[in-house]
Amino acid sequence: MSLALKTTDLAKSFDIGKRLFGPPRAQVYAVRPVSLDVAQGETLGIVGESGCGKSTLARMLVGLSPPSAGEIEIEGRALDRADPAAFGRLIQYVFQDPVSSLNPRKTIRQIMEAPLRQLHGMRGAALEARIAELFDAVNLRPEFLDRYPHEFSGGQAQRIGIARALAASPRILILDEPVSALDVSVQAQVLNLLADLKVEFNLTYLFISHDLAVVEAVSDRIAVLYFGSVVETGPAEKVFAAPRHPYTKLLADSAPVVGRPLGGAQSGELPDPLNPPPGCAFAGRCPRASALCRAEVPRLRAIEGDQFAACHHPRDA
Amino acid sequence: MKLFLSLLFRNRLAAFGAVVLAIIVILAVLTPLLPLHPPNATNTANRYLRPLADGHLLGTDHLGRDLLSRLLWGTRLSLAVGFAAALIAGLAGAAIGVMAGYFGGRTDNVTMRGIDMLMAFPYILLALAIVAVLGPGLLNALIAVAVVNIPFFARNIRGVTVGIAHREFIDAARLAGMGHARILLTEVVPNIVPVVVIAMSTTIGWMILETAGLSFLGLGSQPPQADLGSMLGEARSALITAPHTSIVPGVMILLIVMSVNLLGDGIRDALDPRLRSGALARPMAATRVDRRDVPPAQGDGLLTIDALDTQFQIGKRIYKAVNQVSLDLRPGECLGLIGESGSGKSVTALSVMGLVASPPGVITGGAVRLEGQDLIGAPYEVLRSLRGRRVAYIFQDPLSTLHPLYRIGDQLTEAIRVHDPVSHAEAHKRAVKLLEDVRIPNAAARMCAYPHELSGGMRQRVGIAMALANDPDIIIADEPTTALDVTVQAQILALLDELRQSRGLAILFITHDFGVVGQLCDRVAVMYGGRIVETGPTAEVLAAPAHPYTRRLIACVPELGQGQRVLAAIPGLPPAVDQLPDGCAFAPRCEKARAACKSGEIALTGATRKVRCLYPEEAHVARAENH
Amino acid sequence: MGGYILKRLLSAIPVLLGITVIVFLIMAMIPGDPATAILGSFATPENVERLNRFLGLDEPLWRQYFIWLGNMLQGDFGRSFALNRPVLDEILDRFSATLILAGTAFILCAVLGIVAGVVSASRQYGLADKAITFVVILGISVPSFFLGMMMILLFAVQLRWLPVSGMFSIWGGGNLPDLIRHLTMPAIALAVVATGVVARLSRGAMLEVLRQDFIRTARAKGVPERRVIWGHALRAAMVGIIPVLGIQAGFVLSGAVYIEIVFQWPGVGRMLVDAILRRDILLVQGGVVFIAACYVGFNIVVDVAQAMLDPRIKT
Ligand SMILES: Nc1ncnc2c1ncn2[C@@H]1O[C@H](COP(=O)(O)OP(=O)(O)OP(=O)(O)O)[C@@H](O)[C@H]1O
Ligand code: SF4
Ligand code: SF4
Ligand SMILES: [Mg+2]
Repeated sequence: MSLALKTTDLAKSFDIGKRLFGPPRAQVYAVRPVSLDVAQGETLGIVGESGCGKSTLARMLVGLSPPSAGEIEIEGRALDRADPAAFGRLIQYVFQDPVSSLNPRKTIRQIMEAPLRQLHGMRGAALEARIAELFDAVNLRPEFLDRYPHEFSGGQAQRIGIARALAASPRILILDEPVSALDVSVQAQVLNLLADLKVEFNLTYLFISHDLAVVEAVSDRIAVLYFGSVVETGPAEKVFAAPRHPYTKLLADSAPVVGRPLGGAQSGELPDPLNPPPGCAFAGRCPRASALCRAEVPRLRAIEGDQFAACHHPRDA
Repeated sequence: MKLFLSLLFRNRLAAFGAVVLAIIVILAVLTPLLPLHPPNATNTANRYLRPLADGHLLGTDHLGRDLLSRLLWGTRLSLAVGFAAALIAGLAGAAIGVMAGYFGGRTDNVTMRGIDMLMAFPYILLALAIVAVLGPGLLNALIAVAVVNIPFFARNIRGVTVGIAHREFIDAARLAGMGHARILLTEVVPNIVPVVVIAMSTTIGWMILETAGLSFLGLGSQPPQADLGSMLGEARSALITAPHTSIVPGVMILLIVMSVNLLGDGIRDALDPRLRSGALARPMAATRVDRRDVPPAQGDGLLTIDALDTQFQIGKRIYKAVNQVSLDLRPGECLGLIGESGSGKSVTALSVMGLVASPPGVITGGAVRLEGQDLIGAPYEVLRSLRGRRVAYIFQDPLSTLHPLYRIGDQLTEAIRVHDPVSHAEAHKRAVKLLEDVRIPNAAARMCAYPHELSGGMRQRVGIAMALANDPDIIIADEPTTALDVTVQAQILALLDELRQSRGLAILFITHDFGVVGQLCDRVAVMYGGRIVETGPTAEVLAAPAHPYTRRLIACVPELGQGQRVLAAIPGLPPAVDQLPDGCAFAPRCEKARAACKSGEIALTGATRKVRCLYPEEAHVARAENH
Repeated sequence: MGGYILKRLLSAIPVLLGITVIVFLIMAMIPGDPATAILGSFATPENVERLNRFLGLDEPLWRQYFIWLGNMLQGDFGRSFALNRPVLDEILDRFSATLILAGTAFILCAVLGIVAGVVSASRQYGLADKAITFVVILGISVPSFFLGMMMILLFAVQLRWLPVSGMFSIWGGGNLPDLIRHLTMPAIALAVVATGVVARLSRGAMLEVLRQDFIRTARAKGVPERRVIWGHALRAAMVGIIPVLGIQAGFVLSGAVYIEIVFQWPGVGRMLVDAILRRDILLVQGGVVFIAACYVGFNIVVDVAQAMLDPRIKT
């Protein structure tokens, strides 16, 4: 199985307290060095709570924000960071907020034409035909093409967003919370559509969400992010069923499931990014934390088979 | 465009402004063709003729020149200069603002420091300095006024551009391979244009005033040529002896500027989508009530809602957000209200204490009874004394629902003291206790914190503490955990459940998550299109949903632990509540729909399990028969 | 808070320097040289040159700037040739008059504007709102100098309630009641436009705030409506109003120029216009720098007030 996407120690830090000249006052890491592999045709789910760096990671992968360090490889070739169009033809992005990702002053047709013209130099009849084909693929009616974004519901707008991403004929689609803004009954429609498109266009997905159940339902493998780092990866059926990292366990236990009693009302918070702890970022909330955890950052390592965790004292299966 | 014009002219003041301005502009354009005295022809014999004098409709000035003629020629000049200044300032300012806002970083920083520098001058100093350099003269006054106003435009437009440059569609354009120039031209600028138009239309009047002012000071148009400002300036010395020479040009300036301002405001209102939708209306202290008859009391719960109807009336459209909703809440019970976005959950909840934003909200029917006392239409003072004391609310987004400028301690003590006028010290003590009750570590120290200094979970705990301040009987929680992370959500739910047990609270819990309902609620009501479609004990409804919508909604939500799978989606969209179909609102999406479903009112039937469906689900029917 | 004030004061230094540079450059661009202006166009070239050397005008531009700046820092703004007295003395004399006028007008416009805005917003579309909106439109559309002239006609000439012009009566004046009688009309005329702007903005800010979730929270707590409006809502709205008050102060100062001329008020605005018409460059330079510096100082006060109100501003 060949790799579609590979990141090596990809990291991003932001400057805090910029000055007009001279170095900034401080830096915070939004994404700590992350190494991920995604196989051809696979769906890798990425879960994590707000502020854990999901979107920052995704934006680096499509070239919308330059990484502070690390490499991105697509199908074995290192990506040229300088050229956004180079990213565009290989990897595309579907946004969380479907309506605000469409320019309110352009018709859907104009929105659809942009990637075809700019990335593939299409014109005239070929362009028309391709748009029709894409619209058909996402189950939208062609008469929608001459309307403006505000005339669409969230679900329809998200289909348009997906069609636009597909117009670039990418190999990989980054889906950043693609259904979070949608109604539950519409969410399933879009998830099913995504599953169909993946087969039809032979795509590889990186599916980002904060909803564990949704991620589990669509992914082959799952990576759990906490405080900018990957803390656990593994096959979708194992990660939440038999979590190795205590944080994954906490996540899985927190998800509301009918029939499961409510947990205790303990409290616990993310560490301060301006003042990160020296060892494991989860140590403050972790029931298994030891002195080692507070001193040394755990590295992601294989625990059993293809399940990896970044923990000094991983849980038993 | 048509919409814009019709909106513009629906605003009577704007229409009035447009008409007056049109007349003035037409007169100004036609001035050279009108049979007027030459504006600069002096005739000292006829000095200071009063208005309506022979041949001089408006009289003459200190040199015996015809005032009407000078007025019209002056108007021409003033209008032209004002518009030109606004155009120059608007375009130059917009260009600077767009560049700085789009590119950000150092470009932005340096440009904006420069702009700030210019804005550090009271504007007239700069204008005077520019005129001092260029020398007095109308053209120079125009340049001065334009230059002085550029910083205002630049700042304004920059702010808007920054907002747009961070929108997702700009990212999308970059991913589509567009370069900066193309993005600026095709993505950013079209979204800026309305803002520039608004800014210009609301400042033209101001520019006309300013140029007139410079001319008034003798720094603008030079004799014998006169614009309105210099006419006033020349007339000032004879203010007391010949007031008409001042009044005539002064009133003209007033007319022009006022009509321009009225029109400008109209344009702004018509272009601003929020004003268009009436969203800028101020909600009143209590929801407006307009109901014909009061339904008889049904249950005898602690809180009973009977056949509640709440609508939003926006223009000619009526959004029936809540239709004939009946619910009852018993002491100590947790009732879940579940439904998709827009199904009317929040509006139902807010109607209870008259908190629906009004305008545009109106309660058009039904009753809400707290221990038998009807709250709909109750006097404001009665409602107020019940709010927070007997019935308290917890809202969704804890950041926007706490006042950003008050310390949380002050917000808590206020909640206590509006109902129980204890001393500050006593209220403080109780507030600390409340914070401890909701498990906020370091409660006493946290009293001084502002909301933005707390995390989302902590803020929601404060929200809960505030709801508990007066030991209410009922808490209405409107999606209190939707904005929170799962791990925090679990903590908050557990806390609510504990408090409910220990204090015997009745909770109306609104959510869109079946998992949450399953864990927390005794009974559940399902809403769709503003109606309750099913109610019953939670376990029964979840195990054997009776309404097709409930069944399919449960089926299409993935649940943790079921692995990778295809979901059973519901086709179609939820109905828009301003055009609810006749009959069952779910009919267009229901595979069991028959002709009977599409007409008439379908009743909510049953005893403990109620369902609003003509052909309820088999499993449910079977269970009911077994009982 | 102390740290914030210090930071804000320090950040004013580059702004002040920038102001002096801008003013200096603008004045340097004035065509013709001051010596000719002083001596008149019939002066001999030798005399002009001698005067130029005397005034330091033969130095390179950047040295002239530093000389001027250095002198100014020592309190020497130069001499006005037309008035033949130190520029600073003249400015200080005149500025106190302007301060009385503009300060009164500013307080009037801030208080009346905010109250009108709040009332207008809390009765949106009611009679009070419509009346206030109408007065506001009228206020922002009338040129202040025209308004001043009409007030003179009505209150001074027709009704004889108030004096026509000046700051004190020539005979028997000089006391506070006399000042107030003279101040009333110009202060009102000056305040009208700014009041309109502040009222309009306050109304908008209040409407914006009244729709916010935290207002609903306050109502849900049972806070009385009066307190919701004048406490919760106004406080939040002030965050948007205060910066505008800073800008309005600049407009009031600017408007003072017209009003001083109409009412013969012996202020700094009239002095500037006269100086420009006479090409009395040192007086213009000094006056502009002085007023701008005061304005910068005022804006620091505004920023500090804002920071005290809004804890989200990093202090
Ligand atoms: N202030 C308002 N002005 C106009 N329409 C409104 C207003 N508030 C709500 N509505 C309309 O009323 C209907 C019901 O809205 P409501 O907020 O009760 O839904 P909800 O079930 O709470 O949804 P959500 O899950 O998104 O909170 C919607 O169609 C909405 O558009
Ligand atoms: S490394 Fe230690 S603190 Fe971190 S998750 Fe593992 S056991 Fe817990
Ligand atoms: S009433 Fe008819 S259309 Fe409506 S849910 Fe029942 S079966 Fe379906
Ligand atoms: Mg809601």
